[in-house]
Amino acid sequence: MAPTIALAGNPNSGKTTLFNELTGSHQHVGNYPGVTVEKKEGTYVRDGFRLHIVDLPGTYSLTAYSLEEVVARDFLVNQKPEVVINIVDASNLERNLYLAIQFLEMGIPICIALNMIDVAKKRGIKVNAQKLSSLLGIPVTPTIARLGKGKKELMDSASQIAREPNQLIPLKISYGADIDPVLSEMEKEILDSDFLTDTYQARWIALKYLESDEQIISKGQEANPDLSNRLKEMVRKVSQHLLNTLDTYPEAMIADQRYGYIKSILKQGVIHHKYDRNRLYSSDRIDKVLTNRFIGPLIMLAVIAGLYDFTFSYSKVPVGWLERFFGWLGSTLSAVLPAGMVKSLIVSGIIDGVGGVLGFVPLIMLMFFGIAILEDSGYLARVAFMLDRIFRIFGLHGSSVMAFIVSGGIAGGCAVPGVMATRTLKSPRERLATLLTVPFMNCGAKLPVFALLIATFFAKYEAVIMFLITLGAWAGALLVAKLLRVTVIKGEATPFVMELPPYRMPTFKGLAIHTWERTWQYIKKAGTVILGLSVVLWAMMTFPGLPDSKIQEFEKQRQEQISRAPQAVVQQLQAADHAEVQLSSEAGKLRANLQQIDAAEAEAGLRYSIAGRIGGALEGVSKWAGFDWKTNIALVGGFAAKEVVVSTLGTAYSLGAVDPEESGSLSETLARDPGWSPLLAVGLIVFTMFYSPCFVSVICISRESGSWKWGAFAMVFNTVLAFVLAVLIFQIGSAFGILVK
Amino acid sequence: MRINLRNMHDNQEGTIASIKVAGELGRRIRDMGLVPGTEIRIQGRAPLYDPVALRVMGATLTLRNNEADYIEVEVE
Repeated sequence: MAPTIALAGNPNSGKTTLFNELTGSHQHVGNYPGVTVEKKEGTYVRDGFRLHIVDLPGTYSLTAYSLEEVVARDFLVNQKPEVVINIVDASNLERNLYLAIQFLEMGIPICIALNMIDVAKKRGIKVNAQKLSSLLGIPVTPTIARLGKGKKELMDSASQIAREPNQLIPLKISYGADIDPVLSEMEKEILDSDFLTDTYQARWIALKYLESDEQIISKGQEANPDLSNRLKEMVRKVSQHLLNTLDTYPEAMIADQRYGYIKSILKQGVIHHKYDRNRLYSSDRIDKVLTNRFIGPLIMLAVIAGLYDFTFSYSKVPVGWLERFFGWLGSTLSAVLPAGMVKSLIVSGIIDGVGGVLGFVPLIMLMFFGIAILEDSGYLARVAFMLDRIFRIFGLHGSSVMAFIVSGGIAGGCAVPGVMATRTLKSPRERLATLLTVPFMNCGAKLPVFALLIATFFAKYEAVIMFLITLGAWAGALLVAKLLRVTVIKGEATPFVMELPPYRMPTFKGLAIHTWERTWQYIKKAGTVILGLSVVLWAMMTFPGLPDSKIQEFEKQRQEQISRAPQAVVQQLQAADHAEVQLSSEAGKLRANLQQIDAAEAEAGLRYSIAGRIGGALEGVSKWAGFDWKTNIALVGGFAAKEVVVSTLGTAYSLGAVDPEESGSLSETLARDPGWSPLLAVGLIVFTMFYSPCFVSVICISRESGSWKWGAFAMVFNTVLAFVLAVLIFQIGSAFGILVK
Repeated sequence: MRINLRNMHDNQEGTIASIKVAGELGRRIRDMGLVPGTEIRIQGRAPLYDPVALRVMGATLTLRNNEADYIEVEVE
């Protein structure tokens, strides 16, 4: 097997760029087992020599602070890569070496890629790589990952280490007069009882106990509770002492000493600053404008609107192509296949289902491309910075805004890419609350439902109502987020402390890889599940078929119509099946009558199907919100995709399947129907806004949250919430006689 | 003079004197290079005056005001 090399480094150190540069197209994206952290692997090939490269998540430290850090640490310990390449930002050396020191403390074989030396040089920072290498005792190679410079030398020194593994002695730093004696004592105890030492170095275990590392302590508690408690007691004593004498904590002391060690190394002629370190660079001058108190928010609005416009207007054309392709495929197969169940399954079940999934692909690609630009350039971090104060009120994070916008914060988005956009959020609780609430935004598929109801009942106030619907969605999403954050996703706000990376020009290669891998994951994972589910939904709306006696009844009605009409008219109509023929008015009338019978049959069939029975059975409950079985069934269908609500309502009202874009006749029917009122329409609009996300979204929520539990939660919770709101509106409205006919 | 990081004004410089918080937040703050002895300068604040942006060892970090509360800074 090819030796494994792990890439590690701080976020924004150019790690991903280096990974792309090393592996090119030989890469594969998956997840670390059991968690949603992305795992990227690839192969580096040179002169027939192959190296397996794993890109570890970007971290600042190796504590068990975040999921990323736990994942990175577990990988290093369990998979034991032959060598770790630690990418450090040369223009930010002091802070970046903090991670390197922790690798050395762990006794992991590393070499350093001193990256972005061009940026450092421009900033007047000169780094003596050789000096650094000899002081740390590991190879240090200057690189410029963006241009592929230093790649060969770096891989030479990495494979050198991989080929000649020698036992590395973990770095021993002095952590001060208070910690050092305890540390040695603990180390001795650990060695004496072989406590976890088959996986970790003794001194490192002791260090982690002093740092109150939850992961290691819980492992220790399991392995040897006695010793673990003894160690904890020793830590408690030294903590008390430090608190009394120096008003500090062991973990703080250790961190201070690490930085002190780094300073002492850098002082020995490793680094030379030509200018004041904190002088302003072009990036800071850009920030003076982009995060300015007054202009900043305006520019942000423009950028967000621009991204939105870019994604949704440019995706229209390819989405149209795909729709036409699947339409063509459906009608071609309809013509070829014999009528019957198989045809219905393939055309209505499979092609519509798969088409529905693939129809999102151009949208997702463009959205990820746009977000990748904002992310890679560093602007996204500024958006989080500017909006954090507002989102924090609702238990969210400044970065949540992107997901909300994409999902339809400006009406017409889509929750699927919205849910996936939450990946840019690093705080787990805030991220979960965001991805559970983005489906409340008004996605493009809900708009035809709103358009139908508004046109029918509030034609005069179209713009006002649309605006209220948008506001309502935001208010609902934020309030529910707050509710979730004080109940099921309770917990302290994740620390906001983050870096504002300097603005950088994104590389096209990076953007392309970013976009493609995420899109492909969507197609692959979501595609298979959705195919199965769309077949199930199709079956629910098809089976059981009408009993033969009913079908014969409709057939008899048809024959009656045909036999009553003159022979010539019937012939003309038959001819029209095969070619464009101008129908006489009588033939047109006959056709309309026949279509009416077909539609009545479809309505009866739908009523008789499982979905129809569910709709009927739900009437007992749904009547509180004023929904009859027809509305229920349409809402059940809306679980497949929200635009189906309109077409299913059409079938239920015996109009045949209604094109969501042209729902004029359905609108007239609803306006005439005595069961409908503007009040009911308001209830239905609210219900549609808040009820269960469509199943593509549910699958994405499950995947992104790492558990089907959350997908199920979104379905149940949202539907209950929507129903309660709809009932309140209907009951209060009816009681006070508001908006009734 | 020692003041709280929250009370520093834009462009004011100082040296971190103490960070009085343990646990996740404390660890996170230290991981980013904020330890006693580090020189900082306030770069600016978000439009709603929170979070605050700092210049630390040539990089820009941001933290919320309620997180900055734990950091005391020695200023001239």
